[in-house]
Amino acid sequence: MAAEEQTLQGYIKHHLTNGQVALTDDPTNTFMVLNVDTLAWSIGLGLIFLWIFKGAANKATLGVPGKWQCLIEMVVEFVDQNVKDTFHGKSRLIAPLALTIFVWVFLMNLMDLIPVDFLPWIAGQVGVASGAVESSHDIYMKVVPTTDLNLTAALALGVFALIIFYSIRVKGVMGFVKELTLNPFSAKNPVLQALLIPINFVMEAITLIARPISLSLRLFGNLYAGELIFILIAAIGLFQLPLHFVWAVFHILVIVLQAFIFMMLTIVYLSLASTDH
Amino acid sequence: MNINATLIGELIAFIVFVWFCMKYVWPPLNGAIEERQKKIEDGLAASDQAEKDLQLARDKATAQLKEAKSQAAEIIEQAKKRATQVVDEETQRGHEERENIIAQGHSEIEAERNRVKEDLRKQVASLAIIGAEKIIEREINEAAHSDIVEKLVAEL
Repeated sequence: MAAEEQTLQGYIKHHLTNGQVALTDDPTNTFMVLNVDTLAWSIGLGLIFLWIFKGAANKATLGVPGKWQCLIEMVVEFVDQNVKDTFHGKSRLIAPLALTIFVWVFLMNLMDLIPVDFLPWIAGQVGVASGAVESSHDIYMKVVPTTDLNLTAALALGVFALIIFYSIRVKGVMGFVKELTLNPFSAKNPVLQALLIPINFVMEAITLIARPISLSLRLFGNLYAGELIFILIAAIGLFQLPLHFVWAVFHILVIVLQAFIFMMLTIVYLSLASTDH
Repeated sequence: MNINATLIGELIAFIVFVWFCMKYVWPPLNGAIEERQKKIEDGLAASDQAEKDLQLARDKATAQLKEAKSQAAEIIEQAKKRATQVVDEETQRGHEERENIIAQGHSEIEAERNRVKEDLRKQVASLAIIGAEKIIEREINEAAHSDIVEKLVAEL
């Protein structure tokens, strides 16, 4: 253990730093950097999600399903029900999209319940043992991908792209432009109308852009705060166990709720985008 | 915490996951669920129908049993009536036959008695005539007094 980790600030900072690999030799280029831990954990969990559900899909029969099968199908039916209740168009994409978001985000949030030092400690030991680094302190790893803004922003951007795609597909390009410029203020007088268009556009654009931003920041903020509290609890030493337990129990709610909210808002936004008013 | 190239990697991963889910996970799973739901629905409907049929068959069987019972009771009733009738008829016939036999006996007895009476009368008459002949032999002949004898015979 390096000396820096003995201080509280060092400990917290260490836990909140991503393991990064620079893609260029230029140290001032902060964009061409990959957060390897976020990528590895999120893609790994995504593959686990697909593996579990693909397995259930392969085993799906008309006969009596097993208990595991029932659990998986319960999740599928839950998502399907929510999609049917909210999204009234016909789309082959919305339901699988909602399922992917719900289960993937849930699995990534679930990593939060693993004790904060456990996986980074193993990674550190492996790093030292393999001779890649001199001290385990040089290994940085955040195991909860949803505490990385890059991931939540990527999800929100995907949803944002779909919102625009659906808006244009249902209303046409002109319809979409009209929706952005002729609401909420409109006037009979053409001169007045021309004056109102920029105001409308600014308001509607803010509404539109606020959606992906709020989506990504909500998930990121909740999980980042939760993770931070786990780290603080882990830092207090002997009395951390009861506190840790209480916070973990409370956090189970947050984990499911945030996954559900992300899924639900995605459905609602896409439903709004594909209704013509 | 800075936005960096991870964003692009995650976006690609997200698109691939959603595409895979849409292509290979959702359709078979949801299809199986919906098909099973339909099967269960059909099964429940069939079981309802079967229950209804069973109830109908039960009702029919009960009605038939009831009818059979009433028919049996009717037949027994008829048989009893018939038996009483036969017994009555036979009794009647027996009575009549007895009366006939008795009456015949009476008439036979009467006839026999009459015959015997006649015989006796004739014998008495002939005896009387013989007696009278014996008495009268000495004084009158039979022909002259036969009308008196006849009268006597009739009075007997």
